[in-house]
Amino acid sequence: MLGGYTYGELGSILAMQGFAGFSLFSVLLLMALGLAIIFGQMGVINMAHGEFMAAGAYTTYLLSSITEQYFPAFMPYYFIFAIVIAFFVAGALGYLAEYALIRHLYKRPLDTLLATWGLSLIMQQSYRSIFGAREVSPTLPDWLMGSYQPTESIHIPINGMFVLALTAFVTFAVFYLMYKSRWGLRVRATTQNRIMSGAVGINTKKVDRYTFALGCGIAGIAGAAFTTIASTGPTTGTLYIVDTFMVVVFGGAASLLGTIASAFSIAQAQSILEFFISGSMAKVYTLFALVLILMFKPEGLFASKVRR
Amino acid sequence: MSFIYNKLMGGKQGFVGFMLLALLVLVIFPLCLDLFRLNLVGKYLTYAFPAVSLVLLWGYGGILSLGQGIFFGLGGYGMAMFLKLEASSAANTAIQSTPGIPDFMDWNQLTQLPWFWEPFNSFAFTIVAILVLPAAFAYVIGAAMFKRRVGGVYFAIITQVIAVILTVLIVGQQGFTGGINGITDLRTLNGWDMTSDSAKYLFYFINCALLLTVIVISRFILTSKFGSLLLAIRDKEDRVRFSGYDVSNFKIFIFCFAALISAIGGAMFTLQVGFMSPSFVGIVPSIEMVIFAAVGGRMSLIGAVYGTLLINFGKTAFSESFPELWLFLMGGLFISVVMFFPNGLAGLWQDYGHHITDRFKFITRLFKRKESLPLDDTAKSETAS
Repeated sequence: MLGGYTYGELGSILAMQGFAGFSLFSVLLLMALGLAIIFGQMGVINMAHGEFMAAGAYTTYLLSSITEQYFPAFMPYYFIFAIVIAFFVAGALGYLAEYALIRHLYKRPLDTLLATWGLSLIMQQSYRSIFGAREVSPTLPDWLMGSYQPTESIHIPINGMFVLALTAFVTFAVFYLMYKSRWGLRVRATTQNRIMSGAVGINTKKVDRYTFALGCGIAGIAGAAFTTIASTGPTTGTLYIVDTFMVVVFGGAASLLGTIASAFSIAQAQSILEFFISGSMAKVYTLFALVLILMFKPEGLFASKVRR
Repeated sequence: MSFIYNKLMGGKQGFVGFMLLALLVLVIFPLCLDLFRLNLVGKYLTYAFPAVSLVLLWGYGGILSLGQGIFFGLGGYGMAMFLKLEASSAANTAIQSTPGIPDFMDWNQLTQLPWFWEPFNSFAFTIVAILVLPAAFAYVIGAAMFKRRVGGVYFAIITQVIAVILTVLIVGQQGFTGGINGITDLRTLNGWDMTSDSAKYLFYFINCALLLTVIVISRFILTSKFGSLLLAIRDKEDRVRFSGYDVSNFKIFIFCFAALISAIGGAMFTLQVGFMSPSFVGIVPSIEMVIFAAVGGRMSLIGAVYGTLLINFGKTAFSESFPELWLFLMGGLFISVVMFFPNGLAGLWQDYGHHITDRFKFITRLFKRKESLPLDDTAKSETAS
């Protein structure tokens, strides 16, 4: 039939590659949500975002090792706690970074890029010194292993479904936080007009700090989710940072809906193309298409209504 | 004479700085360093080309390109393709299953030379290609972006993505590009042994001469009306546009010129080092070029050269003895340069240098001339505000 496949097989392949796309989509979206908050709302280019993700991944690894060694009975449940702790660890690191570094540079967006790149170098080398240069992966609880088989030729890994569910949960939480809560109102007000927000009594500095910490915390969750589908090394974060930036820029910087749509289309395009041509060419075509689209539509899929 | 002095050298300060740099690279380095070290310095000086281009582009134009590695790489690959074809003559590659094509093509089961390699058999074409192709590519990117008023952060990210695309493409298309190893084993240039001592000396001096020429031309651009417009665009783009200037054309020009400079650097790199690989194209080298310019001083053409030399000397010294410490140091350097010394070494020199120069007043008196407009001073006060 088509390249030696029957339609049935092709359908299964499409389903499985599509699902592999969902896994990539989950990680990209989790990364991009954090970045969309930091870049879209605050205008800070956080090149160290990938390293905050790696912080989450290493936290999960560390917790898994500790649990395995000292509390083996706790093994099936640790992962849930690991996600929460990864959020707080990465968030705390982000809070520190904002306090020490970012807050001095809000008026110079291009300089935040360089400074956070420096931060990412330092974090990378710290991971290398602490955890070693080789890639590590945590021992996953048994219930995350295996796969679900709706038909004979389709295998859908359970960890992928778990990550997808986690992503859905985090996305809804972020939506609620940004658009329904008082705190989100303050964040959006600060984005639209920092001076006026300050005038009506919003502590904009505090808002900045917690927004940045939240973005980094979500990157930490992305890291925890990432451990279920790949192993973590010191340079893992760097591999994803450009893709993540593309997701945010392509989606339209200040639009969460755009971020979701663009993460979905980028991940699906890449993972379905990957089956037909080599992985590197799939990436080239995807990125090239994105650059072309951005050249004609620089404001991204969903343009923000904020005037800059 | 005053044209040369004021327009090409940038007045007294620029003239002294330029002469000191020329003295350092043309006389002191060749006299004090053995050939191996000199070759290394030559390699560092090729990175100074993109660093100087970033002073124009980023320091004066306010356009941060994270893709200077693209143009450095295009120039380098252009030269490498020509040299590789020469090294893979039918006689040299007789043991291959298809003689006459580069070895990596043979390993990847290619049986004939790809069409885009054909013209690189000609040296004249190669030189033209090195000068024209990167600038043309920059024109396409620049026209697409600046005409649509994409700038600042978005421009930085998109140039970075293009650098990623190019790297992945080079690594992925092993048969056409030599893959991750790049194009290696380059030995002769028009039948002349590139690895000989005399060739190394000659390339070093050609490289220095080109670099100094580039600095003079860049200075000319900056002291001309174009340079003032560039600064104006950086500081208040809309106001320049409302004054009736087509801002995008100025930006496109400076971006193309920066690409041209970087490409020359890349070609000289290939000639001196003897290979070209994707590790000089991607995100990391491109960002390192920015930090060279930042450490040297983003507003100083000459500072960029010193910044490049300093960081690369540091990198070589540290990565030989304490490889672990280097990344910490580099990271710290990025942060401290941005937070504490936004004008880099040149800024420090301007703030504290007079303490030193005051003691050598008798030398500066020899160069006493009519005072010209201190361009760097005005520029500094603008960035400080």
